[in-house]
Amino acid sequence: MGGKAAQGRMTNNETFYEVSGTLLRELVDHLRQNRSQLREEWARRISADKLLTAMSEEEIFAEATSIYDNYIEALETQTFETLQAYARNLSERIIPRGVETHEILGIVLQLRDVLARSLFSQYHVDVEKCNRMFDAYEPAANRVANTVALGFVEERERIIREQQEAIRELSTPVLQVRERLLILPMIGVIDPQRARQLTEQLLRGIRANRAKVVVIDITGVAAMDATVANHLVQTVEASRLLGATVIVTGLSPEIAQTLVNIGVDLGKMNTVAGLQGGIEEAERLLGYNVVHSLAAAGTELEA
Amino acid sequence: MEVPILKQGDFLIASIQSALTDADLMALRDAVVTKVGHFRSSGVIIDVTVLDVMDSFATRTLRDIAHMIRLRGAETVIVGIQPDVAFSMVQLGLTLEDVATALDLEEGIAYLSRRTKEIRKGVASRGR
Repeated sequence: MGGKAAQGRMTNNETFYEVSGTLLRELVDHLRQNRSQLREEWARRISADKLLTAMSEEEIFAEATSIYDNYIEALETQTFETLQAYARNLSERIIPRGVETHEILGIVLQLRDVLARSLFSQYHVDVEKCNRMFDAYEPAANRVANTVALGFVEERERIIREQQEAIRELSTPVLQVRERLLILPMIGVIDPQRARQLTEQLLRGIRANRAKVVVIDITGVAAMDATVANHLVQTVEASRLLGATVIVTGLSPEIAQTLVNIGVDLGKMNTVAGLQGGIEEAERLLGYNVVHSLAAAGTELEA
Repeated sequence: MEVPILKQGDFLIASIQSALTDADLMALRDAVVTKVGHFRSSGVIIDVTVLDVMDSFATRTLRDIAHMIRLRGAETVIVGIQPDVAFSMVQLGLTLEDVATALDLEEGIAYLSRRTKEIRKGVASRGR
């Protein structure tokens, strides 16, 4: 009994593959003929559902037209490369304008819905044919929706990755303020990966600028876990191996507590309250003597 | 490979040229400690710029050399530790605690000159 059923299904499948080619062509022809009507219906529903609010009516209509054409082409040829490229291009244009993932997914599913309804009203008299029509339409339509949504998400992830990279680059500057004096302002959340990168950049900076003193300012770091605090201490020690003295400034009370809790040997750490104090201490170590020129002139006059 | 030890004024410069085996390190230790007395040097610079690996044995030997040189009445400074080497040394806990380090040869010489001047001044003031 079970065997018979399986056989029946197999023959069904075979006929499906035979007819799906011709059916698909018929379907594509139908969608081409009703192009302007369906496209308007779709654009109307996009506005009704308040999707793509960042774009004007005309823009939505223009994009809708090209998505529609690409959609039908993908259905017809069963190749998705063009559609993929188009989806990527579209995402590139609309992501900066603040279009969200749910909007893109929404409009693609709407198009699918609009087309399905049109097919249904065309063929509903012949249920058998209607069924087969949907057998051909559904997988292709799903794949199209999938391709567009995936293209959008991938583009989005690419942008996020790029921005992460940019933030990482920007957030770890090693600056020279005087001959042989570097400052390293640490800002934001320090995770182990960033801590490692900071250390590498600092050690390279010491070498490249022949620094003798480094001021690490951690005013902008709100919290620090034990791993990162340990890393900071290691950075101080590694800098010493390169012959540079490190002064840490701007420790918040929380970070001070963390450092004490993990039992950091503060004898090795040279800490000063503020960045100004740190730079003054560094200048003292380097033998600089900064004098206010007006005040100096004033005292001379008095003398 | 043997490490050349050069005399430069009051100082000796041991300039490591390639990766060293443990035996080479021992030979370096013996040679430096002997020569510092022979030349009556006041300081020794060990240049490790070419080393891209420093294991625990190398670190310990360098520390031993520094201690021995101090017992022989001179100062030691290790120069040219690479950034990556420095960081991995610290991670392994090899921090060369009481050994002087400097960025490169120039810095090392400056450090030793300053140190010896300080020591002489100290001796002179004590003598008075």
